Amino acid sequence: MEYLLIFISAVFVNNIVLAQFLGICPFLGVSKKIDTSLGMSAAVAFVMVLATLVTWLVQSYLLVPFHLEYLQTIAFILVIASLVQMIEIVLKKVSPTLYQALGIFLPLITTNCAVLGVAILVIQKEMSLAHSVMYALSTAIGFGLALTVFAGIREQLALNDVPKGMQGMAIVLVTAGLLSLAFMGFSGIGN
Amino acid sequence: MVLVLTGVAIIMSIVLASVNHITSEPIALQQQKALADGIKAVMQADDICVSRTDTVQQTDDSGKPQLFLVYQNELGAAVESTTNGFGGKLRVLVGFNNQGKILGYTILEHAETPGLGAKVTEWFQSGQKSSIIGLSPAKPLTVSKDGGTIDAITASTITSRAFLLAVNNAYRAYKTMSIDGETAATPQTKDKKE
Amino acid sequence: MKAIQIIKNGIIKENPTFVLMLGMCPTLATTSSAINGLSMGLATMVVLICTNVVISCLKSITPDKVRIPVFIVVIAAFVTILQMTIRAYLPAIDKALGLFIPLIVVNCIILGRAEAFASKHTPLASLFDGIGIGLGFTLALTLLGMVRELLGAGSLFGYTIISEQYNILLFVLAPGAFITLGYLIALVRKITER
Repeated sequence: MEYLLIFISAVFVNNIVLAQFLGICPFLGVSKKIDTSLGMSAAVAFVMVLATLVTWLVQSYLLVPFHLEYLQTIAFILVIASLVQMIEIVLKKVSPTLYQALGIFLPLITTNCAVLGVAILVIQKEMSLAHSVMYALSTAIGFGLALTVFAGIREQLALNDVPKGMQGMAIVLVTAGLLSLAFMGFSGIGN
Repeated sequence: MVLVLTGVAIIMSIVLASVNHITSEPIALQQQKALADGIKAVMQADDICVSRTDTVQQTDDSGKPQLFLVYQNELGAAVESTTNGFGGKLRVLVGFNNQGKILGYTILEHAETPGLGAKVTEWFQSGQKSSIIGLSPAKPLTVSKDGGTIDAITASTITSRAFLLAVNNAYRAYKTMSIDGETAATPQTKDKKE
Repeated sequence: MKAIQIIKNGIIKENPTFVLMLGMCPTLATTSSAINGLSMGLATMVVLICTNVVISCLKSITPDKVRIPVFIVVIAAFVTILQMTIRAYLPAIDKALGLFIPLIVVNCIILGRAEAFASKHTPLASLFDGIGIGLGFTLALTLLGMVRELLGAGSLFGYTIISEQYNILLFVLAPGAFITLGYLIALVRKITER
């Protein structure tokens, strides 16, 4: 029950992109086509769950026992950056097909603030390890949902005649606003 | 290559450690001051001395344990209580006098919608139409929609309910507290020395 | 003369928000009021100036291969220093910006300027670049915050201008951030095109 609540809240109510404004860069950058957005979502889900798991362990078993909480930001970002590198190397060796699908997105993820954001959020909210991983997974699914739906809209949008001044990022942002408005309809669902 | 990276990391860690050393005291002071200001505000007093801080654990209606922080002082007690609002956690500090009447409240943390539920910070204060100041939650406070006497925030019934629930829970915690205090039997509380 | 040119370049020609479209997360998340946008812009500017100067100083001793890790360590260190300082001396800003202060680390503007400018220019030029880009970012965030606050809450920097009944709440909520920024970008493009 608790896990279901975390899931619904992270996917719909407090959607990471549309309500919490994390991971906007990939949301706007890689949402031109549904295929690429699916690839990006999978890569983010992979890294987000692993990163949250590792940073949670780092926080609880390294930083807190040694009173080094002030190194949190620096430690987390280094963990995430090296994790991304490691996944890239392992994936290249183990599964070249998967690497081909996700490879180009991996370097982009280091500067995806959603990954670091979730890692810090679960610490701030004092979640347990199981809750943290569940939260990370749900958040990643929410990210994927928003990204894929948005890519679908943008594929249609590309066929339309947009006024000159609004072309490019302007119309994309307004569209994202409307999608965010739609997601606001989910708010309060947890009650 | 490795040398440079290690060097940079070591220098930055030393800088961070010293900044941490300098700022840790002001940060602790700020947190204490924020808490003291909150307690002063809800007790409606300029100078207040917390004599005892207790943690009370109670179970809510659905059987889930809840934690309350009770700051006892000469006028009564300030109680910190948390419920789930519309957008997330709603953390309230409520001041009660010795008779259990509400002296004041302040919202410590909320994630309510700006312009709607976020009005909770002023809506129930003294001077407002639906002020709860001076009331006693001996009979639980409820919004008019649920048959109570308090007008809910316009278009934010869920927030209002959550807020009143927090106040009612705080009152219950305060009452159990004082009964336990009189009989000196404190099975559910544990002293936290200031 | 050259200094002024670098600064101007950062504010107008390479404005991080309206032209380069970098650092969108804090841009959208912290601009629900003008004052929040301004504080976020200034916080980012401080980090940007410090990292730009330090990275420019380190550029001759940093091997190319470990460039990015060194940049990240330097940026993360300055962000942590800023975070602790704000928490110690400006708790109100810490409360308003919350999570987005540590997230300055992953702001693409800072890593982007380190890579594109500071690692190729002198410390002095990097300082001016930091000031220019920082000012451009601050201006954009403040402008966005002002528009959203005026339309959504009827006030500017906390001073009420429009009566509450004419507020369009949407603009302080999440969708308003996207829509306002979209129209502002179109507007800025129209003005600069001439």
